[in-house]
Amino acid sequence: MNWQLAWPEIALAVCGMAILIFGVLWKGRSNAFACSMLTAGAFLLAALLVLSQGGGLGYNGLFVVDPFSSYLKLLILAGAALSLILSVDWNEREGFQRFEFPVLMLFSVTGMMVMASASNLMTLYMGLELQSLALYVLAAFNRDDARSSEAGLKYFVLSALASGLLLYGISLCYGFSGTMNFADLAKAAANPAGVSPGLIVGIVFVLVGLAFKISAVPFHMWTPDVYEGAPTPVTLFFATSPKVAAMGLLLRVMVGPFGHLLPQLQSLIVLISIASMVLGALAAIGQTNIKRLMAYSSIGHMGYALIGLAAGTTEGIRGVLIYLVIYVFMTVATFAGIGAMRRNGRTIEKISDLAGLGRNDPMLALILVICMFSLAGIPLLSGFFAKLYIFLAAVQVGMWTLAVIGVLTSVIGAFYYIRVIKVMYFDQPEAPFDRRPASLSFVAVAAGLFTTFFFVFPAPIIGAAQVAAKALLG
Amino acid sequence: MAVGLTHYLVVAAILLVLGVFGIFLNRKNVIVILMSVELILLSVNLNLVAFSAALGDLAGQVFALFVLTVAAAEAAIGLAIVVVYFRNRSTIQVEDVTLMRG
Repeated sequence: MNWQLAWPEIALAVCGMAILIFGVLWKGRSNAFACSMLTAGAFLLAALLVLSQGGGLGYNGLFVVDPFSSYLKLLILAGAALSLILSVDWNEREGFQRFEFPVLMLFSVTGMMVMASASNLMTLYMGLELQSLALYVLAAFNRDDARSSEAGLKYFVLSALASGLLLYGISLCYGFSGTMNFADLAKAAANPAGVSPGLIVGIVFVLVGLAFKISAVPFHMWTPDVYEGAPTPVTLFFATSPKVAAMGLLLRVMVGPFGHLLPQLQSLIVLISIASMVLGALAAIGQTNIKRLMAYSSIGHMGYALIGLAAGTTEGIRGVLIYLVIYVFMTVATFAGIGAMRRNGRTIEKISDLAGLGRNDPMLALILVICMFSLAGIPLLSGFFAKLYIFLAAVQVGMWTLAVIGVLTSVIGAFYYIRVIKVMYFDQPEAPFDRRPASLSFVAVAAGLFTTFFFVFPAPIIGAAQVAAKALLG
Repeated sequence: MAVGLTHYLVVAAILLVLGVFGIFLNRKNVIVILMSVELILLSVNLNLVAFSAALGDLAGQVFALFVLTVAAAEAAIGLAIVVVYFRNRSTIQVEDVTLMRG
């Protein structure tokens, strides 16, 4: 049995328990900081293990390692590591530096990596739950804050419901095909005409559960509230790694076991995609809270990414994978900027609070301008290329309507992104923000540079995405 | 009349619908929501075990054990979050969970 395939996950889980014990036993004043650094080290270790791995199917077909899963895992680890760096100073300033925070993050990442490697419905569910259970606690982590605990409660209730529906779908898929293995499920669904209705119902339930996790419309209702209520580094974490893991899982399930049914399910995915793009563009216009704005923005972005899945070709899958990388780095840079919004030791989140940033802190304002333009899809910034690859894939298979709606909604979306820029440069200036910590500047600059200069060296990422997409489609 | 697979599936489906309605129609108490979530998971367990017996395949029963474990962890975390919430707001009425909306 090929158990070494799960080395990165095993290493992360063992590190997580070791760090937990370390945090409990070592009562030093800065044990939260030490645990954060150890967790960052564990992420690095896991990334190295992922890079050094071969591929294959292990654990009796429960667990698969291929270029697709490695690609997702590296992206998940990158998103989590950047959120972790941002969280260290933030938690200290907010007065809840506890060592459990990085440990929960670590366990959640372990779950996401299992999700990326799932090749059986059982593995899928266990990974998803490990990720969700840690995320419930993280959302409510600022436990003295009413809004944070409300965010945790809302996320818990809706996510538990989604997991329940997903699980019900899994049970139907199992019952009507007789197997939970992805390869055998693909065989059972090989002839679309002979597929039992029970299996179709099960697949739709699974689709609903996963659509909830990527916050696609109509399963998005938790997103704005949780984004607004959760502490900013947690919001960043929610916006990056779990989205990547869930989108990857959706790709794997829809292309792998249910790939033969994709033509039938296509209309459903197209519908979800259009609804997400339109809602993301329209609902964000009236927002005054920047984290809420980012929530609707992320709903829209997931809609764009789903276009690639609807296309269902290698180019489409490749487009989604490139989109995810670019989306993660744009989001990280934006949230680093949001993390800097603090005046007289108090966190502020209103868009109007950004007024005068162009004069008070030109560097941060520049990074936010780059992010906003990139999120809107202005050419030469990375966000443009993300959309370009997706729309090209859609056009290649003749899905003109989808591409046109995508372009129209990005134009509408540009309105509210540019409004943020207008507030920063042209509104009546307010008092400057508190000095930003070095770690925040580091994260903002690193992600900002990636977003700006993606077009100079796109080849490694596009190449890796191509290999991953090929591996997924077999 | 012998009890067959269909009967189990119908009971499980009824439990699932009860659970979903319990979450959406409930305007009273968050604890009822926790119970509804539990009901959904148990309906799935019934499904899994019934299918497992009908198919003569053990995977479904193994999965049911995993689901039980996860349900226990989920209930523990859910109750913990409800306690934290109650400390902040001194209420767990569903209609009061409205600090953020829009």
